[in-house]
Amino acid sequence: MEALLTSLLVFMIIAAVVALATRELLSAVIALGAVGFGSSAVFLLLRAPDLAITQIVVEVIALVLLIRTTLHLSGRGIGEGPSGRRVRAAGLFCLAFLVSALFALPRLPRLGEPVMERIASAPSSFYLERGLELTGSANLVTAILLDFRAYDTLGEATIIFTAVLGALTLLRKKCLTSCPAGRELEEGER
Amino acid sequence: MSPVYLLVFVLFLVGVFGLLTRRNLIKLIISVAVIEAAVNLFLVLAGYRQGGIAPIMTEQHPEVEAFAARAVDPFPQAMVLTSIVIGLSLLALMVGISLRLYHIYGTYDLDEIRRAAREEGR
Repeated sequence: MEALLTSLLVFMIIAAVVALATRELLSAVIALGAVGFGSSAVFLLLRAPDLAITQIVVEVIALVLLIRTTLHLSGRGIGEGPSGRRVRAAGLFCLAFLVSALFALPRLPRLGEPVMERIASAPSSFYLERGLELTGSANLVTAILLDFRAYDTLGEATIIFTAVLGALTLLRKKCLTSCPAGRELEEGER
Repeated sequence: MSPVYLLVFVLFLVGVFGLLTRRNLIKLIISVAVIEAAVNLFLVLAGYRQGGIAPIMTEQHPEVEAFAARAVDPFPQAMVLTSIVIGLSLLALMVGISLRLYHIYGTYDLDEIRRAAREEGR
């Protein structure tokens, strides 16, 4: 189980590195798809079927959206990589991050021992024990989403609504086709 | 200590490194998506129980107490479900902004966009 989890995570890390290192944007997008489907498989291993289903749907939509951004490039690569100074600075930052994380990692709960086992008043054990009785939902994840934490879901819906409104405004056909012309018009008026 | 947490952290760092070094808008979107995947995985890992069962009640475990003692933590899963969907809407918004910038400046490269914007301001 843990070996399978480890190999899947290594696969995801390799896919992420490929996605960030490749010069071709379409290959990068497809490598990101490997990361997403890998995490879907990890969710299945971690006994989270709802998450695995959602992750697959979300990943497919994300791939379609991202491929839309690379279509008109028709395989043209991107320019040369980042400058050495930038890579050194980022590497130094990541190294400092990793060192401070090594201090934090031993304090994490061990894998396979959820926090609710150690803390008696954790809300999770309450949800597990009373969820079916109080909400009537056999699936406790949906019981939490739509009943115990319904306000969080309302906030989620608000965020999605705002983001969709923003994306629609940015991607209006009228807006996209008239962009450079619209700018010239504005300058002419000044 | 299990290496799984460390691997998830390395995945997170790959995303952070990409976010710091890449100058292409699509690469930045990909970095953000990688970071999101790592954080979601970490949260679900924190709720995993060794040899646990999915938090869905079936006829195999009709007893609530026995079920509660074996099921994995449903709470992080519910929150991560929210986070995955928000991640998608965030990605859609980022793609929208990138496409708009591409239509104005004809490139995804941030340095070129900045140069063009500066010349325009003059």
